[in-house]
Amino acid sequence: MRNEVSMYLAQRFRFLGNKTKFLTTICSSKTLGFSTYSKMSSKLKNAKRIEGLDSNVWIEFTKLAADPSVVNLGQGLPDISPPTYVKEELSKVAFVDNLNQYTRGFGHPSLVKALSCLYEKLYPNQIDPNKEILVTVGAYGSLFNAIQGLIDAGDEVIIMVPFYDCYEPMVRMAGATPVFIPLRSKAAGEKKWSSSDWTLDSQELESKFNSKTKAIILNTPHNPLGKVYTKEELQLIARLCIKYDALCISDEVYEWLVYTGNKHLKIATFPGMWERTVTVGSAGKTFSVTGWKLGWTIGPHHLIKHAQTVQQNTVYTCTTPLQEALAQALWIDLKRMDDPECYFNSLPKELEVKRDRMVHLLESVGLKPIVPDGGYFIIADVSSLDVDLSDMKKNEPYDYKFVKWMIKNKKLSAIPVSAFCNSETKSQFEKFVRFCFIKKDSTLDAAEEIIKTWNTQRSQRGQCVTISARRPSKDL
Amino acid sequence: MARRLQARRLEGTEHNPWVEYVKLAKEYKDSVNLGQGFPNFPPPDFALEAFQQAVTADHMLNQYTSAFGHPPLTKVLASFFGKLLGRELDPVTNVLVTVGAYGALFTAFQALVDEGDEVIIIEPFFDCYEPMTLMAGGHPVFVSLRPVRCWSPSQDQDLDSSSSWQLDATELASKFTPRTKALVLNTPNNPLGKVFSTAELQLVASLCQQHDVLCISDEVYQWLVYDTHEHVSIASLPGMWERTLTIGSAGKTFSVTGWKVGWVLGPDNIMKHLRTMHQNSVYHCATQAQAAVAQCFEREQLLFGQPSSYFVQLPRDMQRCRDHMVRSLQSVGFKPVASQGSYFLTVDISDFKSKMPDLPGAAHEPYDRCFVKWMIKNKGLAAIPVSIFYSRPHQKDFDHYLRFCFVKGEATFQAMDEKLQKWKAELEL
Repeated sequence: MRNEVSMYLAQRFRFLGNKTKFLTTICSSKTLGFSTYSKMSSKLKNAKRIEGLDSNVWIEFTKLAADPSVVNLGQGLPDISPPTYVKEELSKVAFVDNLNQYTRGFGHPSLVKALSCLYEKLYPNQIDPNKEILVTVGAYGSLFNAIQGLIDAGDEVIIMVPFYDCYEPMVRMAGATPVFIPLRSKAAGEKKWSSSDWTLDSQELESKFNSKTKAIILNTPHNPLGKVYTKEELQLIARLCIKYDALCISDEVYEWLVYTGNKHLKIATFPGMWERTVTVGSAGKTFSVTGWKLGWTIGPHHLIKHAQTVQQNTVYTCTTPLQEALAQALWIDLKRMDDPECYFNSLPKELEVKRDRMVHLLESVGLKPIVPDGGYFIIADVSSLDVDLSDMKKNEPYDYKFVKWMIKNKKLSAIPVSAFCNSETKSQFEKFVRFCFIKKDSTLDAAEEIIKTWNTQRSQRGQCVTISARRPSKDL
Repeated sequence: MARRLQARRLEGTEHNPWVEYVKLAKEYKDSVNLGQGFPNFPPPDFALEAFQQAVTADHMLNQYTSAFGHPPLTKVLASFFGKLLGRELDPVTNVLVTVGAYGALFTAFQALVDEGDEVIIIEPFFDCYEPMTLMAGGHPVFVSLRPVRCWSPSQDQDLDSSSSWQLDATELASKFTPRTKALVLNTPNNPLGKVFSTAELQLVASLCQQHDVLCISDEVYQWLVYDTHEHVSIASLPGMWERTLTIGSAGKTFSVTGWKVGWVLGPDNIMKHLRTMHQNSVYHCATQAQAAVAQCFEREQLLFGQPSSYFVQLPRDMQRCRDHMVRSLQSVGFKPVASQGSYFLTVDISDFKSKMPDLPGAAHEPYDRCFVKWMIKNKGLAAIPVSIFYSRPHQKDFDHYLRFCFVKGEATFQAMDEKLQKWKAELEL
């Protein structure tokens, strides 16, 4: 604690018309030498709920990748432009005076109406815009509200590993116990390694459920694997939720990003599941506008009302003009869902090409990528590169060291997959690194350049692994 | 589903008084809405332009920015408020941007208030302080501001003043216990419009220091101060920076409540806990709104103290609105409590209570709520009953005040005056 006491001379600098009093520091502390901090430190400390939750992979890695000379394939942030009509709608809204004041707390009326119309196309039931939809501060806020509203101290929540990193701290902050189950891969054999090779063992999954299980968190399409859960897998989860009377929190932010041969299925549409599922969506991932920080939760009123209670005690409302622009963008696309021009169709087409390019690129240097069926990330086992990491910090997982080394020496950033694991499972995933491919071609070109040069350097040192000349194929 | 669904932390927080009054105001479309606190005139041109620029400039502003605050915004907040508070503020360690001041309050409570902690709340209070304390497992301890009548021949007997609503020093001191974690201060105060004087702040400050208590200072209306009153930030008093979180709002500062950009200023050793909470709740705030607010502050920094500063113009214009409203409401028998600051005017309706004691309402419903419903239905004016800003046990002691918002445009004032003239005519019959 600093030994610092500030002395103030009360001098009034009255600016013309200004009503705020200025006080000036005249004597900085250090010469005075006595402390108020030792007494202060005992009481002004954090609440127990955030104990141990202070470290965050993003804070650490976005700082490292912020260097403009680094090609950033780390954080899931598009560097492509959002669609023109989305930008235009926001631009139009910026000229409307009366969209600058508070709107309805649980969601701007035109937005909840648009969301209701959109999702009624995907659900068998009607969706009441006021009672069954909540607009939140991004999907992050949606998850937070759902967990705070529905998860109690002493509850257990099942989380599949790897998991989007906020699930664990949010569950812990609610005083609940996360119960982890790893996705496990079967051997890919001759075929390319696919995210669909990673599955849950049904007996193992059932063993995680008990009378204390309040919920299971599902993420499909999955970050970081890119797995798109199949009908059978969702039926298994649904059967267990019903058997153990548990809730399902379904994080479907990448719902539109599924690639050829795959279909996104909503667990809330399965028999017996609407009443026990809350489904999370994201404007950021839907329209490539992560900075708008708008998300939504859809579910039955008896669940949504608790998330709404949390909202009225946390942020109360979300930003009005952004909600209006989002509503307008949704209206445009929901009217043309079969049209190739609809962003829900055009974006996955655009990304599938980028995915395939990344797969080819990673393979070309002897890496083993797991081809994602959905989402905009691809993970690869980097251990075959056998990089010398002896200079890096000792007590960190392999992939943390690898990524930091790669940022420093190759100017390429990614995210270590063990960041998506709990402490016990980190070792199972520490050879994997996650690359984000929702990037413009010039970014991917730069990444390609780095990787090709790296490979050349390795071959010059005789380290090159046999380069496979396989081209990406669609029959994965 | 058979099991209990909601988490216990929601107990006592489900009911929100606004829902009812917002619904009523909408239902009676012809009514003049002087209830909810938001401006119904446009934001200043420079704010609209700032937002327009933020949404048409670099497309990367459509993506995530820094989690703890968009750098141009935290930079200008640190420099602007550093000058006001008389110390150098670091944009990274001393500033956190939040989803409105509401989000700032929530983040502070969750980061610092533990199960069983006591939180002193000065009544009347902005209604969210109580449920936020409860949701954090805390125990609210209330202490009331009370009108202290000073009799003097020169004073206008009809006009009480929010400055005469005071805390009793002994009573306040008695509320501090070893379990007191924080005190919530709101100056200028919503709903009274009271601007705490330096002496009053020094009383609060000395108790906070004596008992090693955190001060959460909600200063969203800091620019809305009238007459010769001055806003003082308690964090600028000796010994207080290290134990104070100062909360501000772009919405109230620039008349853009819908942007939902707020901030907290404080010492790093406390702010780091808010950062932890923030990164596990919303993580980022909307980029473009932050960029626009940064530009607004940059403009105000250049114009500070000058006649063209919004921080000079807005209070001057709102003071006129306040005075207009005071005169208009007096004409039908309301007794305004002169507001020193904020968006609000509180009026005493004791005379109405004695003349019309039995208005329709639920059993034990505080009089002011019955009156508000009657007034909206019969007189076409919407206001907010002040008892919603009191803890349940004290609501019956303060059931004879209404809160009106005067931060409204010309057309609203005209409509209000028409309704009041009609009301006055009916009284004279």
